[in-house]
Amino acid sequence: MTKNFLLEIGTEEIPAHVMPLILVQLKDLAEKYFKDARISAGEFQTLGTPRRISLLVKNVAESQADVEEEKRGPSVKIAVDAKGNYTKAAIGFARGQKISPEDLITRDGYIYAVVHESGKKTTEILQTLLPKMICDLTFPNNMHWGSLDFKFIRPIRWLVSLFGDEVIPFEVASVCSGRISRGHRVLSQGEFTVNSADSYVSDCEKNFVIVDQNQRRAMITAQIEAVAKERGGKAEISEELLEEVLYLVEYPTALSGDFEIKYLNLPPEAVITPMRDHQRYFPVKDLDGKLMPIFVTVRNGGRDYLDIVQHGNERVLKARLEDAQFFFNEDRKKNLDEHREKLKTVVFQEGLGSVYEKTQRLVKLSEKIADLLGEKVSADERKNAIRAAEISKADLVTGMVTEFTELQGVMGREYAKLDGENSEVAAAIDEHYMPRFAGDSQPKTTAGKILSFADKIDNIVATFSRGLVPTGSQDPFALRRQALGIVNLLTAANWSIHLSEIVCLAMDLLKVTDKVGREKIQNDFAEFMKLRVKNVLSPSTRYDVIDSVIDDVDDIFALTLKAHALEQFLATPDAVKNVQSFVRVGNLAKKAESDEIDEKLITLEAEQVLYKAFEAIEVVAGELIDKKDFIGALDALKKLSAPIDSFFDSVMVMDENLEIRKNRLALLKSVDNLFKKIADFGKLVVI
Amino acid sequence: MKYQELILALQKFWTDKGCVLGEPYDIEKGAGTMNPLTFLKVLGPEPWNVVYIEPSRRPADGRYGDNPNRLYQHHQIQMIMKPSPDNIQELYLDSLAAIGIEKEKHDIRFVEDNWESPTLGAWGLGWEVWLDGMEITQFTYFQQVGSQDIKPTAVEITYGLERLAMYIQGVENVFDVEWAAGVTYGDVFHQNEFEQTSYAFDLSDEKLLFDLFEKYEAEAVRVIKLGYVHPAYDYVLKCSHTFNLLDARGAISVSERTAFIGRVRKLARMCAEEYLKQREKLGYPLLKKSAEVTA
Repeated sequence: MTKNFLLEIGTEEIPAHVMPLILVQLKDLAEKYFKDARISAGEFQTLGTPRRISLLVKNVAESQADVEEEKRGPSVKIAVDAKGNYTKAAIGFARGQKISPEDLITRDGYIYAVVHESGKKTTEILQTLLPKMICDLTFPNNMHWGSLDFKFIRPIRWLVSLFGDEVIPFEVASVCSGRISRGHRVLSQGEFTVNSADSYVSDCEKNFVIVDQNQRRAMITAQIEAVAKERGGKAEISEELLEEVLYLVEYPTALSGDFEIKYLNLPPEAVITPMRDHQRYFPVKDLDGKLMPIFVTVRNGGRDYLDIVQHGNERVLKARLEDAQFFFNEDRKKNLDEHREKLKTVVFQEGLGSVYEKTQRLVKLSEKIADLLGEKVSADERKNAIRAAEISKADLVTGMVTEFTELQGVMGREYAKLDGENSEVAAAIDEHYMPRFAGDSQPKTTAGKILSFADKIDNIVATFSRGLVPTGSQDPFALRRQALGIVNLLTAANWSIHLSEIVCLAMDLLKVTDKVGREKIQNDFAEFMKLRVKNVLSPSTRYDVIDSVIDDVDDIFALTLKAHALEQFLATPDAVKNVQSFVRVGNLAKKAESDEIDEKLITLEAEQVLYKAFEAIEVVAGELIDKKDFIGALDALKKLSAPIDSFFDSVMVMDENLEIRKNRLALLKSVDNLFKKIADFGKLVVI
Repeated sequence: MKYQELILALQKFWTDKGCVLGEPYDIEKGAGTMNPLTFLKVLGPEPWNVVYIEPSRRPADGRYGDNPNRLYQHHQIQMIMKPSPDNIQELYLDSLAAIGIEKEKHDIRFVEDNWESPTLGAWGLGWEVWLDGMEITQFTYFQQVGSQDIKPTAVEITYGLERLAMYIQGVENVFDVEWAAGVTYGDVFHQNEFEQTSYAFDLSDEKLLFDLFEKYEAEAVRVIKLGYVHPAYDYVLKCSHTFNLLDARGAISVSERTAFIGRVRKLARMCAEEYLKQREKLGYPLLKKSAEVTA
């Protein structure tokens, strides 16, 4: 016989963004606790609303599983007498284990008792287990309340715990469990009785609580869509906002509201941000994708007095949009160059001057990047990048961005357009912050890419120059995301560029003059980038391939090409043999003092053959490497494989004649140097 | 409901629930929490329930009386209960009913907002309460004040009076709120708004203010070392307001800001520590009284 089990932890309103994590955590914990307690059970399900965290377990056994255990007793010598009867010792052992002597078994010279332990009742076990399980939940923020020592994410106000229809009594935080839950704050009569675990979901619904988040999500989505459709538009439902709203309501009712059409003259983001981020409203667009003067919000309640709720929400939004309009008008009294002047009073980072000076650095860095990229950047794109750099941060001191910080870059773009800047300059200002979050898009314009690269380099080098390299969870300036942005940007744009040169200029501009300090920054930077490159490559690339090329992180684009070329190369038939030959060269090359070859000392034929082959291939492969054709280069290097093998077959490298020995090592060193231009083959794992 | 009726109704509601009717404190401050009836009284083991109105000065929010929603000085009803009662949310919703806001007719939500005052070394967890999308109340379980753990936990409920009045009266401009029959909020405070904003943004003497900050700070330290908490705390409040004036004037750079806040927080902590010692020496009089009442 099995029964369903219910636990409901009734609380004051839990922060919406934490709920999804809590529900996952509770499910995992419950599964583990039940398993460890040997309570067999079917499906585990966690449910939640702002005021309750619930666990439903289907088909729970009424008692723990029984266990059988063999317990070893005395040896046969002691347990059995000469006549083959059990001795007093054996009988005593059996009595101790509460079995009769006939049930004893003999094995390997000992007697054993097979002890059968019946499982305890599930209710009895859960009574002590549940309080522990609740205390085991962890949260990003805990709090005290009342006079208790207990901590939880928000105060616990009631507990329901039912096995079938039977209460499992226990106490947590001075609250005793029972069968009394609480319904919706407004729509229900307050407390209600949960009849059994089976009826829980429907009991909740009768009391205006849609406890199943999936059911609630479907309701919310359908309602929002219907309301927007009724108004002739389509609601923009972002997953993030939907997930938050989901845990702000127990009984959802969507409604729409209006705002004055004049606010649509503002940039769309300036309207959407206060609506979405501050009020949790869903914006509505018409069939052409244009923003409509309408919003959809989800009330925690029913359909009564919807007009009052609508009117109240409209008032709040009006005040917010009026604020936005005010800031916008004030901001437009100056152009971005004039706003930029004010950046002189804004500190960038402690001890690193003003944001104005930062924009000056961005100009220099953008120039340098454009120059290094040569013909990949047109004269116009170069000019646009520099112009965008000048005014890139000017929007930080505008009223709009001060009020809605998430609009940095976006307002810069809009104000630049209104100032008459060209579209690439405007776009670059917005794009230089990309990616703003994990999974955000990359800059599209060339100017945007250059500026984004420059800004990220400056941020990383500046922070490193203060000795603040991110460690563990400490990364206040989100440098990891920025470094990852650099990796993705360079590889997507096919930009081959030497990072150390840019870092060098960034340090010059930041006035980092001390030699040791500069070296440390270059090293920290390279190590920092290596980890990001590994992150980007590892899902699709063999780890040993990454390891073999990672040391040369200075040109990230080239590095990724090398990795891809190696993977292809390793798939060719002779790859394993080739790599083994290359590695043999590398191992001996370590003993070389120099790579200067004296042709006159080359005497043996195999030696001669290798030398000639190397001379020819060095030129060919070198050119291919310069062109970043690593597939071609590897193909060329393969041709060294045979001469290397015959060299090792017939030439004694460690010759008694020290001059010859030195020369042979120099030859190997030269060959190895050529290999190392692509990879450290010794790090490849080949069998 | 007129503005003054709103105040009276909330005071009546909470005094009926056992709160002491307190008074605003006569030194400039940025929030009701800074009144010693909250800042000091929530410290230590003694029970404490109080309600009072408090003017809050936020110089940087001043708009010369031109903005319909923003003020240099706004007013709060501040309510403290220590220890926090189990039915505090229900009590709060009842208090809204007492000022004519019936929960049945609105959308009332508790939206996470974790409150922090770096200058006071104070933080707590709780919500901002939304009425049809508008924030009307800050609801906080204090976890630390004056850098001291708060045990038992005190709950603070702070109502923004102007917003509530605007909503209840259905007016779009705070200065149009009817304070008493024939008298508007503007009649009472508009000129004050204009002058105080002008002073904070344009007229204040930075040099004098920096000088005052130093002197107030030194005096706070001198007095607290003598063991006199209340006069020392007065100077902490003066430091805090002087800092706010300097901040509004744009006289404090971002990096200096943190340092200034740290200086005030240190003073607040010294007062809190000294207050705790003082109450212990006095044998926690309010704890004894509540024990007697219970007995």
